[in-house]
Order: sequence, then C-alpha cells, then structure tokens
Amino acid sequence: MPTRKAADAHAVLRGVTRIYPGGTPVHALGPIDLDLAQGEFFSVVGPSGCGKSTLLDVLSGLSPPTEGSVSFEGKTVAGQVPEGIGVVFQEDASLPWLTVRDNVAFGLRHAGTDSAEVDRRVSYAIGFMGLQDFTGAYPSQLSGGMRQRVCIARTLVLQPRLILLDEPFGALDQQTRLLMGDELLRLWRETDATVLLITHALDEAALLSDRVGVMSARPGRFIDLVETSWARERDSRIVSDPAFGTVTGRLWAALRPESMKAIGRPQP
Amino acid sequence: MNHGRRILWTRVAFIAGLVGLLEALCRLHVIKPLTMIAPSQMVQELIALAWSGELAEPALQTFIEVGASFLFSVTVGGALGAVVHALPRVRRTLDPLLASWYAVPFFVFYPLLVALLGLNVLPLIAIGVVFATPAMMLSTLAGLDRVPRVMHKVARVHRLSQLQEVRLITLPSAAPHLFTGLKLSFAYSFIGIIAGEFILSGGGLGYGISYAYESFETPKMYALMLFVLLIALVANGVLHVWDRRLARRRGLA
Amino acid sequence: MSRLTFNRFADSLILVVAILAVWVGLHAYAGDSAISAPATTFAFAGRLLVQPSFWTHVAATMEAFALAFAISAAGGVALGLVLGVRRFAGDVAEPILGSLYTIPKVTLYPLMLLVFGLGMSAKVAFGVIHGVIPIMLFTIAAVRNIPPVLLRTARALRLAPVKTATSVLVPAAMPEVVTGLRVGFALTLLGVLIGEMFASQRGLGFLIINGINNHDVRMTTAVTLLVVIFAVAANSLLLAFDRRVHHG
Ligand SMILES: Nc1ncnc2c1ncn2[C@@H]1O[C@H](COP(=O)(O)OP(=O)(O)OP(=O)(O)O)[C@@H](O)[C@H]1O
Ligand SMILES: [Mg+2]
Repeated sequence: MPTRKAADAHAVLRGVTRIYPGGTPVHALGPIDLDLAQGEFFSVVGPSGCGKSTLLDVLSGLSPPTEGSVSFEGKTVAGQVPEGIGVVFQEDASLPWLTVRDNVAFGLRHAGTDSAEVDRRVSYAIGFMGLQDFTGAYPSQLSGGMRQRVCIARTLVLQPRLILLDEPFGALDQQTRLLMGDELLRLWRETDATVLLITHALDEAALLSDRVGVMSARPGRFIDLVETSWARERDSRIVSDPAFGTVTGRLWAALRPESMKAIGRPQP
Repeated sequence: MNHGRRILWTRVAFIAGLVGLLEALCRLHVIKPLTMIAPSQMVQELIALAWSGELAEPALQTFIEVGASFLFSVTVGGALGAVVHALPRVRRTLDPLLASWYAVPFFVFYPLLVALLGLNVLPLIAIGVVFATPAMMLSTLAGLDRVPRVMHKVARVHRLSQLQEVRLITLPSAAPHLFTGLKLSFAYSFIGIIAGEFILSGGGLGYGISYAYESFETPKMYALMLFVLLIALVANGVLHVWDRRLARRRGLA
Repeated sequence: MSRLTFNRFADSLILVVAILAVWVGLHAYAGDSAISAPATTFAFAGRLLVQPSFWTHVAATMEAFALAFAISAAGGVALGLVLGVRRFAGDVAEPILGSLYTIPKVTLYPLMLLVFGLGMSAKVAFGVIHGVIPIMLFTIAAVRNIPPVLLRTARALRLAPVKTATSVLVPAAMPEVVTGLRVGFALTLLGVLIGEMFASQRGLGFLIINGINNHDVRMTTAVTLLVVIFAVAANSLLLAFDRRVHHG
C-alpha cells in the first residue's frame, strides 16, 4: 500500500468560475479555490441549485471552467476526463440494456483489460456493493438505490485515484445510508483514493469527512471549510461522539442563511 | 397457465371464432357467394394459386419492392434523423413539414410519380420510400432526444471515442425508438406499395387484386387478399416477438 | 419583431421557397403532361374556387368526411376507453389492431363496393376503416398511461365514479386522445379521398382521378394542391390544439 502524503495536493482548482452561456447566461459557480490533499475525504454541502454538480463537472474535466484552471496530479485538466478520475453521477446512469454484471464491467472491457482480470475485479466490486444476488438482473428490475450502487461499482472497478460522487445515497433510507457510508469509508481506506463527496445531508458530511466545504447559494462559493479531525479508522458510530454534534451544528450555522436565500427567503 | 399464454390463447380463440362465424355465414349463404367466398375456400384458392405458379411472380415483385423501400427508408431515414438532430436550426425549419407529412393524402401524387419515373417498379418503390422515410426519421429524432444527458457524460468519463460512444451508448439507448421506426417503415412501405400497385395497375399483388376484381374472378381476388393479410400478420408477428425479446433484454417483459 | 420570431419567419420562408423550387424542378423535368407549373396551378385553383360546380364536389367530400370522422371519433374513443380500462381485453386486442393497421386498406375496396355499393356509404366506410383504428390505439394507450396514483387520489378524496371520470380520468387521458384524433383526422380524410377515387362520381377524389383519366393535368394538380393545403392547414390547427392540451 502506498504511503499517504497528506501534504501533497492531489487536485487543485484556482479561480474557477463556470457561467452557462445562453440567452440569459447563468453564473453557476465560483470563483473557487480548492486544494484536495492526496488521500483526503472531502465533502461538499450547499443549498439546492448552488452549483455542486457544476463543480464536479469542472473538476472531472466534463465541462471547461469559464475562468481559472483545474489540475489533477500536476497536469492541467482540459477537454477530457483524465485517467484516474472516477465519477458517480447524481442522475441514474446505469445502462438499461446491460445486466448488473455487464454494467459493472463496462468501463474495464472498453479499456482493454484482460478478461480474467475483468472477472476478478467485477466480482469483487459486485460483492463489495452487496449486489451478488442480482448479477443477472437488469436495472429496470432494481430499486433506485440499488441502481446507484451499480454505478458506484462500475466506477470502483476502474480503481480511480480520485473518486467524485454526486449525491450517491440520495435514493436510500437513512439506515442504509449510514451503512453505505461505512462501506464508502472502508473503500476509501482500502484504496487510498482521494474522495470528493457531494451531499445534501449535513450529518453524512460531518461523519464521513476529513474536511467539509460549505457552499453559498448560487453562484456557489466556499463560505466555510470545516475540519473534523476524525481518526482514519472511523465508522458511523461517531454519531454518538459529542464532537459530531458540534461539527454538524457548525455546518448548519453556516448553511442556514444560504439555504433560506436559495428558497427565496432572505434573512431579515 | 401463465398470463401471457392466456392472452395469446384468448386472441387465437377470438380470431378463430370470427373466422368460424364468417365460414358459417358464407356456407349458409347469408353472405352471397358473389360478395364473399368462405374462408376455407379462400385458403383452397390460395393453395391452388401457389401450386399453379401464378402467385410467384406478383408476390416476388411485391417482396422486392417492399424490401427495397424498407432498406432505403431505414438507412436514409435513420441517417437524416441523426443529421437533423445535430442541426437544431434545420430541424426547426423542417418541423412543420414533418408534422404535416402524414396529413397529406399521398395517393394523390401517384400519377405524378409515374410521369416522373415511368411505369415500372421504380415509382412504386418511390411511393414506399416517400411514405416510410419520414417515419424512420421521426423515430430516430425521438430516440436521440430521449438519450439521457448523463449518458454522454458516462461516455466521456470512460474516454470513449465518438464512434464507440455511438455504438456502445447512443444506439442501444435509442434502440426502442429506432425499433418503432423499423416497424413503421415496414408497415408504411407495405401499405404504400400495395396501394400503388392497386391504383396504378403496376403489377405485383395489389394489381393482381384489382385485376381479379375487374375480371369478376372473385375467388382469385379473395385468395390474393388473404395472402396480403397473411403477410401483414406474419410480419407483425415476427416484429412483435422481436420487440418482446428486446424488452426482455432490458428486463421489462 | 424580435430576433427569434424573425428567425422563425425566415425559416418558414426558406421551407416554402424550397418546396416551390422542388415543384418548379419537377415541372421542368417532367413537363406539362405530368404536372402543371406553380403559377398555372395557382391561377387554375383560383378559378376553380369561384365555380359553383366545384363547390358541390367540395360539399360532397366534406359531407362524407364529416360523417366518417364523427363515426371514427365516437367509435374509436368509446372502444378505446373500454379496451383501455379492461386490461385483459386490451392485451388481447392490441396486436390484432396493430395488424389491421398495417393492412393496405385499398385492397379491401372491392369488398367495400360489394357490401356498400357505389356512393356515399362506401366513401364513409372507407374513411372509417382508415381512421378508427389509430384513434382506438391512441385512446387505449391514453387510458393505460394514467398514473395509478391519480386514481388512488380520487378514491382518497372519495369522489363518486362519475366525478372521478369527469374530473380525473378524462382530463388525464385527454392529451393522448387529442393526438389520436389528429392522426385519425388525417387518415379518415385519406380514406374518404381514396373512396372517391374509386367508388364515387362526386367529390375531390373523383375530380383527381377524372383529371388523370382525361389527361387534364391542370385539374389534377390544382385539386391536389387544394387538398394538400386543406389537410396541412387543418393539421396545423389540430397540432396547435394538441400542443396546448399537452402543456396545460
Ligand atoms: N446545462 C446548463 N445550462 C444552464 N444552466 C444550468 C445548466 N446546468 C445547471 N444549470 C444551472 O446552474 C445552477 C447550478 O446547477 P447545479 O446542477 O450545479 O446545482 P446543484 O448544486 O448540483 O443542485 P442540486 O442540489 O439540486 O443537485 C442551477 O441554477 C442550474 O439551473
Ligand atoms: Mg446537483
């Protein structure tokens, strides 16, 4: 296992903004500066429509920043998604014409990995996401949460060094959410990857992350960066730690006025 | 007996009942033999016609025409659909034309097509093409419209080439609509061509029916009508089964 | 005029010019014996429109069409509703209707003539066999696509069956049914015209076929033009209505 060098910046955003062009251009994001440390677990919370998914698109190279620059492992990200970045989208992105197994194997097959290796990694990822009883099922036969797990497994098999997840547990109930959070932590520890998790749930952000970025209402900017200082070996039982309440409280304090703005009720 | 089976057998029983009723009405001369011959006689006539070799030539002509029109409509309609999808301005311009295409009674253009292309199989194929191509085009557009935007992102994350994206993501994603396009292209090619043969006396099965009618060969006319009906049924059946298989491949059936 | 509407206008103009250009090209290629030139045709159509005898043909077509469409619409919607609500019957019927839709219905014309004789009823019957099936198919789909939660809402609000039908079922199924009626409208017109081409001595379809038989190309082209203009205009109106009910 490679040693973790927390000081190295794994991905860097400098002065990044994103304006969607059109009849009335939408200023969705920024300006944003962010350094993701190698092996860090970073979460983003922010009000609805503030530009979180836009941030993910720009960071992964799916859309270009209007201003500023993005780099990953020292190389500028431009035009295409670099090798080593895995993305799980907010929308259901399972391929409805492929079985669970073929969905998970999709990326590997087209990267030309040899078939024994594909089989091994796919089986591992399917087991890891608890889908072993559904390998032959089609996405239409699964629940929303299970489909999202298929998409996570599909990203996982590529062994990305930077994993971007956009509301991956949005479709799950609270209990399963907590357990999936534990699985994500396990994955993070085992792979040594850097994780950027976008979530609506403050408690989820508080319990999983090393650091949480709180975003303002659109155009999204970081208005607070909250360090949690949890041990690397941690799980959902943190919720009973008094520090958990403190962190969550701090997140909500920063976020509440922004969320009120986002639903059209400015603070008095 | 499972549900699907029950539906199938009820359908078969219903059709058999109708045919039986028709048979009885004809046999009892409630329907005059000059108006319609009994279904069993139609079958006999059809077998006799096939046996004597009289059926082969018109049937072959119609098959070739429909086949040509179908292949042309599917490829050209599909390609046009893809091109127009990529050009929103062109699409907006063509929109009113496509939207009223099937409101135009195309049969009124048949004489014109004969004048342009001569009286041979070409105007007949052209009729099928004129009728079927926009259906394939519209289906392709609908299919491409409904490819979720996130699918394009999936392709980019896996760093697929443009060609790979079309083959592995876009086509399978649009497949149900493309398949509808295939079905409609066949149906419209068939309808347009048989009707063309009929109206223009252009040979093939359509002309066979009108010729038999005009020379008072009622049994032969009904035999040919039955044959046309059977083709429609068989083709529909095959496409239906294929459609189900496609749906099953997505776990929907 | 805003830039956008101007663009739309320009696009439509381009389309009309393109169609006229194709027409001129066809005329240049095939000559007067196949198709008359645009200017000639418009002039001739103008003269037709002021002739009383032409209007008796229009009236004949419209009468047959109105009757045929009324029967197709009423019958298609009623049968479609029944088959949509009764799931099993609908499943049994749907592929049969699909196959019937694919049959080239012109081939049934001898049968129609034998049953109905020459004249009005044959024309109407021809219109109906073309129009009724698509209306049925769209109505079945419309009823089936009503989200079950709407029906459960109606029950939760304890609406009486009649009230459920009028304030939930009908509005929910309406948009699709309107689409079906639009498609049925076009096909019924097509059927009636074909009926007139073969089974009648009156009507626009008769004028077209008569023009062909007498080598009166101007007549055929002009009547064809008028029919197409009518069909496209009616379809555009219905399409506008269709889009309204789909969005509102
Ligand atoms: N393709 C686009 N074109 C124009 N505007 C867009 C586009 N995508 C997003 N937007 C706008 O940009 C803003 C930010 O969108 P984004 O999807 O990034 O928000 P989000 O924080 O992910 O929201 P949510 O929490 O609901 O997922 C929104 O106001 C949205 O309407
Ligand atoms: Mg989002």
